[in-house]
Amino acid sequence: MYFLLRRLGFYAVAAWVALTINFFLPRAMPGNAVQSIMSKFPNLQPSAYHALEAMLGVGHPGSLWHQYVAYLGDVFTLNFGTDLAQYPAKVSTLLGQTIPWTLTLVGTATVIAFFVGTGLGIVAGWRHGGGLDRVLPGLMFFQAVPYFFLALILIELLAARAHIFPLGQGYDGGLIPGWNSAFIGSAIYHSILPAFTIVITTTAGWMLQMRNVMITTVGEDYVVAAQAKGLSSRRVVYTYAARNALLPQLQGFGLALGFVVSGAIVMEIVFSYPGIGLLLVGAVTSNDYPLMQAIFLVITFAVLLANLFVDFIIVAFDPRARTRGAA
Amino acid sequence: MNAGPVLDIRDLSVAYRTPGGDVKAVSNVSLALQPGEIVGLVGESGSGKSTLAYGACRLLRAPAVITGGSVRYQGRRTSGPADILQMGQEDLRKLRWREIAIVFQSAMNALNPVLNVRDQILDGIHAHLRISRAEAEAKVESLLDLVGIPRSRLRAYPHELSGGMRQRIMIAMALAADPEIVIMDEPTTALDVVVQRDILGQILELKEGLGFAILFITHDLSLLLELADRIAVMYAGQLMELGTSAEIQHEPAHPYTTGLLNSFPSLHGPRRELAGIPGTPPDLRRPPPGCPFLPRCTFGTDACKEVDMQLVHVETSPDLAHVTACPFVLPGGEPAGPAATRKQAADTPALREGSSA
Amino acid sequence: MTAAPQIVVDPAALADEPQVRKLGQWSRLPVKAKAGAILLGLFVLAGVIGPMVAPYSPDYQSTNPALALHAPDGQFLLGTTQSGQDVLSQLLTGIRMTLELALLVGVIATVLSVVVGVTSAFLGGLRDEAMSLISNVFLVIPQLPLLILLLGYLPQKGQTATILVLSLLGWAWGARVIRAQTLAIRSRDFVAAARETGESTWRIIAVEIVPNQVSLIAASFVNTVLYAIGTSVALAFLGLADLSSWSLGTMLYWSQSAQALQLGAWWWFVPPGLAVALMGTGLVLLNTGIDEFGNPRLRDAARAVRIGGRRQYPADPTPVWQPGAQPRSGLGRLVHSFSRASLADHGTAAGGRTS
Repeated sequence: MYFLLRRLGFYAVAAWVALTINFFLPRAMPGNAVQSIMSKFPNLQPSAYHALEAMLGVGHPGSLWHQYVAYLGDVFTLNFGTDLAQYPAKVSTLLGQTIPWTLTLVGTATVIAFFVGTGLGIVAGWRHGGGLDRVLPGLMFFQAVPYFFLALILIELLAARAHIFPLGQGYDGGLIPGWNSAFIGSAIYHSILPAFTIVITTTAGWMLQMRNVMITTVGEDYVVAAQAKGLSSRRVVYTYAARNALLPQLQGFGLALGFVVSGAIVMEIVFSYPGIGLLLVGAVTSNDYPLMQAIFLVITFAVLLANLFVDFIIVAFDPRARTRGAA
Repeated sequence: MNAGPVLDIRDLSVAYRTPGGDVKAVSNVSLALQPGEIVGLVGESGSGKSTLAYGACRLLRAPAVITGGSVRYQGRRTSGPADILQMGQEDLRKLRWREIAIVFQSAMNALNPVLNVRDQILDGIHAHLRISRAEAEAKVESLLDLVGIPRSRLRAYPHELSGGMRQRIMIAMALAADPEIVIMDEPTTALDVVVQRDILGQILELKEGLGFAILFITHDLSLLLELADRIAVMYAGQLMELGTSAEIQHEPAHPYTTGLLNSFPSLHGPRRELAGIPGTPPDLRRPPPGCPFLPRCTFGTDACKEVDMQLVHVETSPDLAHVTACPFVLPGGEPAGPAATRKQAADTPALREGSSA
Repeated sequence: MTAAPQIVVDPAALADEPQVRKLGQWSRLPVKAKAGAILLGLFVLAGVIGPMVAPYSPDYQSTNPALALHAPDGQFLLGTTQSGQDVLSQLLTGIRMTLELALLVGVIATVLSVVVGVTSAFLGGLRDEAMSLISNVFLVIPQLPLLILLLGYLPQKGQTATILVLSLLGWAWGARVIRAQTLAIRSRDFVAAARETGESTWRIIAVEIVPNQVSLIAASFVNTVLYAIGTSVALAFLGLADLSSWSLGTMLYWSQSAQALQLGAWWWFVPPGLAVALMGTGLVLLNTGIDEFGNPRLRDAARAVRIGGRRQYPADPTPVWQPGAQPRSGLGRLVHSFSRASLADHGTAAGGRTS
């Protein structure tokens, strides 16, 4: 458990760093941001101006330390302030509307891609030099191709021309969100193509990674020993080789979570999918700082949590991690 | 009870196929293992001793190829000799562990890091014996008792155990399916001397009790002199000498064996100068003609380049099974008689029956 | 680009390999590395001489409206954009810009990661812990959102800004790997020997440690360039770059906002994307090649072993290859005499129990 506590401490530090960056960035900005924002949103109430000034550190309220503490307090009470572009909507409301979309789509697609890629990687690693290796250069291409590029081409081919899938959006525009079958059906239908593109582009990466790890693992003495024991091929592959190869693969998964998020953001732009990524880019283009900051924090915390979850899984799978102290 | 050797290796040759040519790791080695016997296989690193043992079980991975010979196995449970080199995959699987088990050199590397001790031993049991779960568990516990590991360590993981314990687990694991032969590949090299002694004692006890044969691979000849019944000396992939441990110790019939004997000090007897064997083993991609030991041999002459490396009976030995590859030097360094008076021991039936040791 | 970072060469495996080879051994590099290098070389060539041989200047706009969104023909080899600009010229300029940016980021970030990694490993103790903590934090915080945030605050999102920001976030991965490798090498005997003979720490670092990590540093550099290309293109596509410059990413941005694909003007959208994909593939190939170079197991795996015409897999028993040998009948079957098996023997089942 010492291992997990250390990880928890680490994530706490990372979260604190993210919070602090978030706090200092607007204050470190060149130029007079407040004026530029104010000029963009002339309809804001005076209270909003004050909040903005407080957020940007312009003007007066208290010392830097005072503001920092207040800021931390706000974050912990999930008070992200009011939005600028969609005034007077609260930021937290906007977040609440978009997070579920991103989570379900990206979460599901990533998990599918990871399982499929890892599974194929096990086979490719065990039977390396075999038929599956012929597709390696193709896989590398898929790993290197920009996600949005492939997505846009697929949209053009499958949605615009062939009309198999919808062009984008999270659901049919005419429906009202709710827990009814029509809406859920439409939501699922609209999520197939985006999920499909995520799976296609990311599976290759997982497969290549797992293959490499498997090849190294298969050369280990304990795999040869397992064969010497006359165990069935299945047992050797899964319990001896794959289970050990899974550990670095899981660690890689944890490290890749940040990139999964990047993919999600781009995906939402391309498909106009109503998730948190779309919200973020919209916020940037409209200089909606409160929203920008809040989204960054939420995404960061989500990734840290996911990392912690992966750490739990690693501890469950690796007996050495339970006694090891180092991260 | 079948007469005859339990493992009969004849003329085995193993090579590694590399882009630069075949590396002849083992060349025409013949070795027979009698039931319940301890045969030691000694040689320096790269002499091919491990390759011989693993190759005989067909455990070597590509690019290793077996390029000649036969390996016949006949145990108490089989009804006739079977050539391992001709077996299909399923038969090989049945052969492994149940008939021939292996204790690997580095227990830390040979044990699965994510399985506990109990599961790893159970693996070996369940793959070969059709017994109930309860019986299997009981067997695991009795195996641990046999090697002197407390039962409390049943659920321990390899990284939680000391080196000596891990090695004992390996031995327990090897005995899980009641094998006929246990190949031990430098089982004590990585351990300190005290633990080494302990484990060797345990191995002997177990062998006496359960009656399996042992092929003991090591680079430490001094170990074998005490432990083994017969000793085979390998160099550059070929057998140099084969005899009982008493013969090897007191009447070594090959210059290489003599060199090995002189390389370690003895606690008893007069002090003598410790000598090594200067030089390095040859490149096995282009093995030199004749005897590979020639460059390092104090007795070497040009005639050695034409030796056919067949094992011949040592003239001065009453034991027909004491053979050597050097036709020129007798034990004690005396030159041997003309080649015409030699008997080709390789075909002698006496060799098949085993020596009187 | 959503590519997860490749697991760079395992430092533990590398520590046992003598690394001090001259890199000039071209013939010894695996096929993948050579293919990748050649592919990349083509693009580098395009980047260097491209803009010089480009038929038009990238922002040349013909005033003839009929030439807008013109399909490829003799005059415009890759067609024209919405404003009548030559796509090919833009592409060549774009390749140069993107490569420049990526290589610069690669150099800066790799230098940083080597400095941080080696120093951290050598200093040890609290300073090491602190530096490791910093690089780990930068690794775990999601990159694109942070980049978006940083660039969102900057008033001008030019090339320099992008380079700085990418380098700032791109050194952490390499630093971590190099630190691990340095620790492994540092504990080896020849370093201790160098210490004993009184070599200064700097000399040890320069002469013993760094040369032994060449393969790792090269892999790290390639990885960073890959990351830089992908991320800069993604950022530009999102509109977070200097949109008046001609990089591959901005081309994609403009073609997308002009709905090029939907209008059927694939020649505007596909070439820049394909260029990015091919450059990336070249880098991945190169990276895999370097991995194989450093890790002997991967190297052996890359070469399929064929014996007697049959490919050998690790699960296969050692093949027996005796050309011209006659199979000996009856000696290949392992027959257990069940009737003889006593109860004490627990009985051997033909199939065994597989779990």
